[in-house]
Amino acid sequence: MIKSILVRKSQGSQYIPDLRAANPIGFRGKPVISEAACANGCNACLAACPSRAITLDPVRIDMGRCVLCGDCEPVCPSEKLSFNNDFKLASTDRDALTISSAHPDIDPIKVSEALHKRFGRSLKLRSVSAGGCNGCEMEINALSNVNFDLGRYGIDMVASPRHADGLVLSGPISRNMADALQIAWDAIPEPKLVIAVGACAISGGIFAECNEVDRTFLDKFKPALYIPGCPTHPLSFISGILDLLGIAD
Amino acid sequence: MKTSKAVLIADLRSSPPKSSYEFSHRCADSLDAGDHLITLFGRHEKSNRHWGTIVTAVFQTAAGELKVFRGQAEDGKHYPSLTHTYPVAQIFERELWEQTGLQPDGHPWLKPVRFEGERQQRMTDYPFFKVRGREVHEVGVGPIHAGVIEPGHFRFMCLGEKVHHLEIQLGYQHRGVEALLLRRPPMALASTVESICGDSSVAYTWGYCAAVEALSNLPVSLETDLLRGIALEMERIAMHVATLNGLATDVAFLQGGGTYGRLRTAIINATQRVCGNRFGRGWLRPGRARGLTEVLRQDLIQTLTAFARDFTEINELMLASLSVKARFHGTGIVSTKTAQELGLVGVVARASGVEIDTRVQLPGRVYERFPAELITESSGDCWARMKQRMREADASVQWLLKVLEDTALDLSGSAAPDALGKPLAPETLCLSLIEGTRGPVVQVLETSSQGQLLHYKVQDPSLPNWFGLAMALRDNDISDFPICNKSFDLSYCGNDL
Repeated sequence: MIKSILVRKSQGSQYIPDLRAANPIGFRGKPVISEAACANGCNACLAACPSRAITLDPVRIDMGRCVLCGDCEPVCPSEKLSFNNDFKLASTDRDALTISSAHPDIDPIKVSEALHKRFGRSLKLRSVSAGGCNGCEMEINALSNVNFDLGRYGIDMVASPRHADGLVLSGPISRNMADALQIAWDAIPEPKLVIAVGACAISGGIFAECNEVDRTFLDKFKPALYIPGCPTHPLSFISGILDLLGIAD
Repeated sequence: MKTSKAVLIADLRSSPPKSSYEFSHRCADSLDAGDHLITLFGRHEKSNRHWGTIVTAVFQTAAGELKVFRGQAEDGKHYPSLTHTYPVAQIFERELWEQTGLQPDGHPWLKPVRFEGERQQRMTDYPFFKVRGREVHEVGVGPIHAGVIEPGHFRFMCLGEKVHHLEIQLGYQHRGVEALLLRRPPMALASTVESICGDSSVAYTWGYCAAVEALSNLPVSLETDLLRGIALEMERIAMHVATLNGLATDVAFLQGGGTYGRLRTAIINATQRVCGNRFGRGWLRPGRARGLTEVLRQDLIQTLTAFARDFTEINELMLASLSVKARFHGTGIVSTKTAQELGLVGVVARASGVEIDTRVQLPGRVYERFPAELITESSGDCWARMKQRMREADASVQWLLKVLEDTALDLSGSAAPDALGKPLAPETLCLSLIEGTRGPVVQVLETSSQGQLLHYKVQDPSLPNWFGLAMALRDNDISDFPICNKSFDLSYCGNDL
């Protein structure tokens, strides 16, 4: 009993009070693309990118593909690329995830009045990993730890799809998981939404060109929210979902 | 040049492969001599207009020496299975058959490991074991489970509440990693390798770096390798604590769940401050590793010191809890003999009293300079696996503090040699072994006569260990499956690749 109280004491208060104002020191988050001109014919960043996130003329980074590895930064002779620790990377629009020097920020999420009304006080989610590497899965788990405590907003991960309002998808959707994913989705009652977590779920990421991946599920059910990252940082998930549902602090 | 003793370089020109029969016999002789089978796999290839399979096996002798055997067989040929006499080969021969079609004669259970290639989405083609009897019933769980966890299917054959046998079917996570690794330049695979098994990114990436550095003769400083060691031990602490969190939560020891959760946060946030990512991604690259400024070095020392104090406190509380004792003692036992017969590796094997740890047996220069302690438990139950993880995390903290407090070392990260365009040695086989959280991550790269990558074999420590979980469940209550599974904490994507 006394030991238990001692642990409670050293534990202290661990929750992050204002999650959207958190400062994850060192986090390699949003790319910053300067207006510096590219060296003639240079495609060093393109060659360094493992997930074909970069296109040239002008340099653009698709955050739906980017794995935030940072390998493009040191190879650029014009020092055009860098990353800051901004974790607000989510968007409701797949096309809005592309960053360039002319479009340096991902558009702020538009609050959905319909979603706010229906799910603003309670949103239950079923997580399905379909070829995920356990990176995004561990970060989704971290959402409910004492630091992030997403449950304080009425947002919880639930065991049964029958109890869920939506599906959190991680992984590129391996062919061997395609059927099970569909069955889980079918078991969720209407109205329901899909949230795509991480570069793999959004675009296939590193595994986009693998024959073992089958992404037809996403042709049928367009995600309500895309949350980039590799893995997705819990703060990216939280700020994205709170903004979508119009939840104030 | 060898970067570590846990790296093996073999010139293939001097040793042409034997016939598959001779290969099989040489493997049997080696196993009879007590050698440890590290890996056995095949590569399907066309040579002299015939399709065939080249088989590679690597053994570790009691003295710590690594031995390579190679065999070959044309398509349609068979060879005598090893599994019949040596159960350690069961998963390797199944994978060999699945990937190349080479048939091991007499294998007792030739079922696909991950349903790849033409077998994708055909998981119902292969029957589960059937246990018959009036009181027998089956329980199927998965591929999707109750928590936030990767998919896999578990089929329990029960007599009442008791599990008679558990059959584990995996493959749902299969993404075709080994083929993908051949599509990009071999020196530019780091971020791909980091995503193979995302909770063990550092172990995988270190093994990859060590292999391509050895193949391209790229010089790497001791300090660079020490930084990799720091990254790896940070990963080990974080993952062991994540497992302890799960174990505490599974038996409703909620104070443990809460405390281990925030303790893990402290460690992975420190990793992020060094390399930009909570899972160590971007820390290691061929030829280099991100260095530590003086501020970061002090930061890590402080983080680890504070962690160690609180970690000890919660461990003592958990170990003294009667409800934890009641659930974990005697549950899911794997005896030393069973662990050895099945060729279990890593933390699970050590918890069953098997003295096996790559960091001790093949220390390389990192663990020669700062030796890792060989830690084992003897009871082989959930309790032992829990305690093993606590002790290993503790030892990693002590190891890290020793390295970080050694002021004679310059850990600021030296200027990196340009690795990207370096050619690889031709017709060479290179194996690297890195003792990650779960056990040895094995990577084997083979180059062609032009120095192209011909084969990239990746083997997670979970591959041989999943069968250990099936054995642990025998004669246990089905309700104890979650804690048995969590105490093993194996990788699904690492198995399915």
